[in-house]
Amino acid sequence: MSTDAVLPQLLEEWEPVIGLEIHVQLGSVSKAFSSSATTFGEPPNSLTDPLVLGMPGTLPVYNQRAAELAVALGVATSSKIRARSRFARKHYFYPDLPKGYQITQSDEPLCEEGTLDVLMGTQRMAIRLQRIHLEEDAGKSSHHGTVSHVDLNRAGVPLVEVVTAPELHSAEEAAEFMRSLHRLVRWLGISDGDMEKGQMRCDANVSVRRRGEDRLGTRTELKNINSFRFVQNAIDNEIVRQIRLLETGERVLRETRLWDATANASFPMRSKEEANDYRYFPDPDLPPLLIDGPMMARVMQTLPTLPGPRFERYREWGITGDDARTLIGERALSDYFEAAIAALPSVGCNAVAHAKAVGNWLLTTLLGALNRDGKSIAESPFPATALAAIVGLIEGGTISGKIAKDVFDEAYQTGAEPAAIVAAKGLVQISNPAELLPIISRLLVENPKQIEAYRNGNEKMLGYFVGKVMKATDGKANPQVLNDLLRKALVPA
Amino acid sequence: MSGIDAATLHSPAAVLARRVRGGEITAIDLVEGYLARIAAYDADLGAYLHVAADAARRSAEELDQRRKAGFSLGPLAGVPLALKDLVVTKGLVTTAGSKMLDGWVPPYDATVVEKLRAADAIVLGKTNCDEFGMGSSNENSAYHVTRNPWDRTRVPGGSSGGSAAAVAADLCAASLGTDTGGSIRQPAAMCGAVGLKPTYGRVSRWGLIAYASSLDAIGPMTKTVEDAALMLETIAGADPRDATTIDAPVPRYRDALSLGVTGLTIGLPREYFPPGGLDPEIRAALDAVVAMLRDAGADVVNMSLPHTALALPAYYVLAPAEASSNLARYDGVRYGRRASLQGQNKASLADMLEQTRAEGFGPEVKRRIMLGTFALRSGYYDAYYKKAQQVRTLIKQDFDQAFANGIDVVLTPTTPTTAFEIGATNSPMQMYLADVFTLACNLAGLPGLSVPCGLNSVGLPIGVQLMGCTLDEATLLRVGAVIERRSGLGDRKPAMTPESDTQPEFAAAVPPTGGLA
Repeated sequence: MSTDAVLPQLLEEWEPVIGLEIHVQLGSVSKAFSSSATTFGEPPNSLTDPLVLGMPGTLPVYNQRAAELAVALGVATSSKIRARSRFARKHYFYPDLPKGYQITQSDEPLCEEGTLDVLMGTQRMAIRLQRIHLEEDAGKSSHHGTVSHVDLNRAGVPLVEVVTAPELHSAEEAAEFMRSLHRLVRWLGISDGDMEKGQMRCDANVSVRRRGEDRLGTRTELKNINSFRFVQNAIDNEIVRQIRLLETGERVLRETRLWDATANASFPMRSKEEANDYRYFPDPDLPPLLIDGPMMARVMQTLPTLPGPRFERYREWGITGDDARTLIGERALSDYFEAAIAALPSVGCNAVAHAKAVGNWLLTTLLGALNRDGKSIAESPFPATALAAIVGLIEGGTISGKIAKDVFDEAYQTGAEPAAIVAAKGLVQISNPAELLPIISRLLVENPKQIEAYRNGNEKMLGYFVGKVMKATDGKANPQVLNDLLRKALVPA
Repeated sequence: MSGIDAATLHSPAAVLARRVRGGEITAIDLVEGYLARIAAYDADLGAYLHVAADAARRSAEELDQRRKAGFSLGPLAGVPLALKDLVVTKGLVTTAGSKMLDGWVPPYDATVVEKLRAADAIVLGKTNCDEFGMGSSNENSAYHVTRNPWDRTRVPGGSSGGSAAAVAADLCAASLGTDTGGSIRQPAAMCGAVGLKPTYGRVSRWGLIAYASSLDAIGPMTKTVEDAALMLETIAGADPRDATTIDAPVPRYRDALSLGVTGLTIGLPREYFPPGGLDPEIRAALDAVVAMLRDAGADVVNMSLPHTALALPAYYVLAPAEASSNLARYDGVRYGRRASLQGQNKASLADMLEQTRAEGFGPEVKRRIMLGTFALRSGYYDAYYKKAQQVRTLIKQDFDQAFANGIDVVLTPTTPTTAFEIGATNSPMQMYLADVFTLACNLAGLPGLSVPCGLNSVGLPIGVQLMGCTLDEATLLRVGAVIERRSGLGDRKPAMTPESDTQPEFAAAVPPTGGLA
């Protein structure tokens, strides 16, 4: 039986407890401790230097840019930021770890006690973070039969590790946490968070306990769950595995398990008993990392409004939860939306009252056109002020929604101002009854059968007459005005 | 060939540089002169691991041409230097005295090497040392022993023994050593050279093969105090590649040399003059130095550094702990030695790693890796590493207190004994005691200078150690210059003959005033 089928029933009795450790690559242009580049997809071992190769005599100096990016994440998660944090060495032997130790932070991490504003569906929830610390990445090993290859391009790339409190309670919540963190790091511009390129990687600590129980169960650590889908599959799978063990009187072993996406199953990697003793100690090559006032000021100054508060505001404007979530999905989209809203007063509209209309135009019409052309919102040929102008023309009664679509298409293609298109093509809608009534009168004379059908209860015939008038006016008749006039005219005398 | 005589090759670096700049001698003649001496004596002495004859000749010729073309030359113009093999040199084999790095040709220069080259010094070659700097006699070199030029049956000290021997035997004009627990000062004392360990952070460690990062320092080993000042001026300064360097201006240390000692307070810590724990001849030599300094106007006072006895145990927790970490990189994957696993079925990565390290490291290195690994084990950190760091703080406070109380310079013997015989030390602990007077200086991060202050009755050099407060190398050099002038070796130097017999060549019974030419 599939996990999906059995899980809901199991969860009635059992409560999963999940904590995540997520590594995010900081998008600085050079490595954590040297000037080598961090580009993805370069020939193996081309992004190296004596330091990255761990050559004798080389020394690390921490990349200030990377520190600044990490501080931005700390501020955005309301973390306590340590003015003096320390680097430590974590030792283990592996061919892709050039120095035989990883430079990381242990006792004195950069950030502690933060919270991440997580969007669970369309509900905001604050998930506590234990810490965010700095470290360097290792290289990449690949094994081919009897030979192993090592690529050190990734070695020394600056990372942050974000560690949550154990307070996520389903795979879905874990996946939503990942999505929110992903959104935030992209929003802050500190990482592309591209999981396929390994810029964001997730390990999950999973345990289960009977509902009502306070004590945490024995946890396992799941490694290698490097996509949103894997996070969900792997954790659900592990929850079921643990519950089944416990229900059959067995116990969960404290162990590290590797997720195999192809097999859709996890396998033990190493148990705690045979775990490495990492022999942490403060790195004597690196003085404490000092975060001073000017750096904090710089970070605060450049910190954008975060997605959470924007989501909240959009909801207050009457935008649906789903649309609000979509709008904050990407900072460029949200910024575009904000710019359009900001331009509404200049086209005679109330921003709050018409935000929903702007949102609809943005999400359906503009995104539709951009998708068709394979463009991102940042590449839109149609500026936010033009979107506001279109909405302004509709809401002000200048053009109909239908005409507006044509105006949009032309403005999108040519870059012309919507108002200019309306003026040039005489698209201003006809709202004056004195202009429409003669047309209606002529139609009534020409279509007696249809009138009769309408009067006999065929409501659809109204549409027939609307179509006729639209045709006669090149679609410019104000639909609202026209409907009212027609209804009155069609009532038996 | 060159027409450079032995007296010229015995000249201090400062004199040679002046003469090269003035066109009296050429760099190529100097290089050839030293190469000839190396060819004559070093097969027996073993000071060098690698002699960069061709590269040195090319540098010298290029420099001579620049001089002829009218360019002005740097402060170390044409001065042929020997560098301890723990200092990384681009294109020139660097082994750290270990089989692990046999044949390793670094792709980059240490910062100090860049600076020395920029000052127009010439790199003559790389000198022998205890493997990764772990030793006090050069007997832990994986390659060969180095003999003390004053008595070739004896060690030159260590770990910078090759650099000390090369300076003493005029196989170079000056050299660089490295000092983690005394490795510059102790061999300098045993070979009759001047050795300066600068303040931690005064000289960049970029390109110094790490033994214990929080203790390691690069410094000059020279024939005169002036040369040590000149070399330090050249190599000191903040380095963006070494985050532990101190961003403070580099003074012109040579300016301090003529100031004399009048008005200075010199402290004699009683812990460094243990009754029965110090060779009586060394004691006598130091007494003479003290009398001379008083005579020269210094105020010499007794004092105490109460935590001195804890320095050695603290050092042998901290240094091995850092070493076990620093030496983790030698895994056979990227450079240096890799064990051949031919003939072994199903050899794993772990097999390769284990065998590489088993073959590549010598016994003392393995001992310290194991000591350090133990000290950093989970659950033992507080009892060992943390405790040792606390001791280190106390030792530093001892010195701070002394300096706050008006002591300008702390004066001690550099070593408890003069150079001992090759093969005579049979336990690691006995060897560790050779550094008992020099370790605290590293733990406290302070500058230390060893200056020769005479020969003992069998003609072996004795050194006096001066320790000062942070960044106050100038005062050490100032006092050192007075000791050199009034209590130094003068023109006494080891007698060298080309024969490679092991008959001691020093004139054993020469009275302290006699010259050995």
